[in-house]
Amino acid sequence: MMPTLNDYLVLSAILFSIGTAGVFVRRNLITILLSIEIMLNAVNLTFVAFGRALGSADGQIIVFFVMTVAAAEAAVGLAIVISLFRHRESLNPDRFASLKW
Amino acid sequence: MILFYSFAVIAVVASLLVIAQRNPIYSVLLLIASFGALSGLYVLLDAPFVAVIQIIVYAGAIMVLFLFVVMLLNAPHEETEYDEHTQMLRRSGAMRFGGFLAVVLVMELVWALSKGGQTGRFAGASVSSVALIGRALFTDYAFQFEVTSVLILVAMVGAVVLARRTS
Repeated sequence: MMPTLNDYLVLSAILFSIGTAGVFVRRNLITILLSIEIMLNAVNLTFVAFGRALGSADGQIIVFFVMTVAAAEAAVGLAIVISLFRHRESLNPDRFASLKW
Repeated sequence: MILFYSFAVIAVVASLLVIAQRNPIYSVLLLIASFGALSGLYVLLDAPFVAVIQIIVYAGAIMVLFLFVVMLLNAPHEETEYDEHTQMLRRSGAMRFGGFLAVVLVMELVWALSKGGQTGRFAGASVSSVALIGRALFTDYAFQFEVTSVLILVAMVGAVVLARRTS
């Protein structure tokens, strides 16, 4: 018995929800960025599963682009985290409530 | 099927532990485990190219970047979570609401997916040839590919400018 498309979609939904819960619940900037990575990977799994179901290579190609954007996002996000940490000595997003200091 | 379930369980449990960990270093290492399981799922889906770049790019490059930043910041993991700037009452309420929203989201998604749709096995041939993907990437998607290189360049410059020490 082979896993069906629905199995992959349910797994992807669960992973996406775990990522969403991480963004909502955790109060640590690094963990929030990691949760965003979990969400991106859940979407990647959806793309590959649909591409496999349709028998087309487009799903795998868009996963390539999503990974590129994820790399750029991680680089810029971590640079922002570093510069925030230099200013406030903290990673708690509740301490970055003001737009200017 | 057994492989699918074992990879799925590894991915879900590792992702849950990523959320539950107090120490960001353990979070990053567990996320690498989760990405390894996802890479196995890509192999099951006849997508070896995606499986390999998942390991090399994600687990190899992006997660090492995260690990590098965590160690560079020497991140205080416990005390920043519960300091005086976070009102205890509001924070726990927001956490409860966030967890509730996530549970609602997963229930909605699973309910929507259980409403029928295609439940049979995968029909049609799979595209597992890396040569085919490369040819599509450099012909049909050539413009997007070049835009991606510009995006990477901009992100690189932006990261350098943001993290620079202003003296």
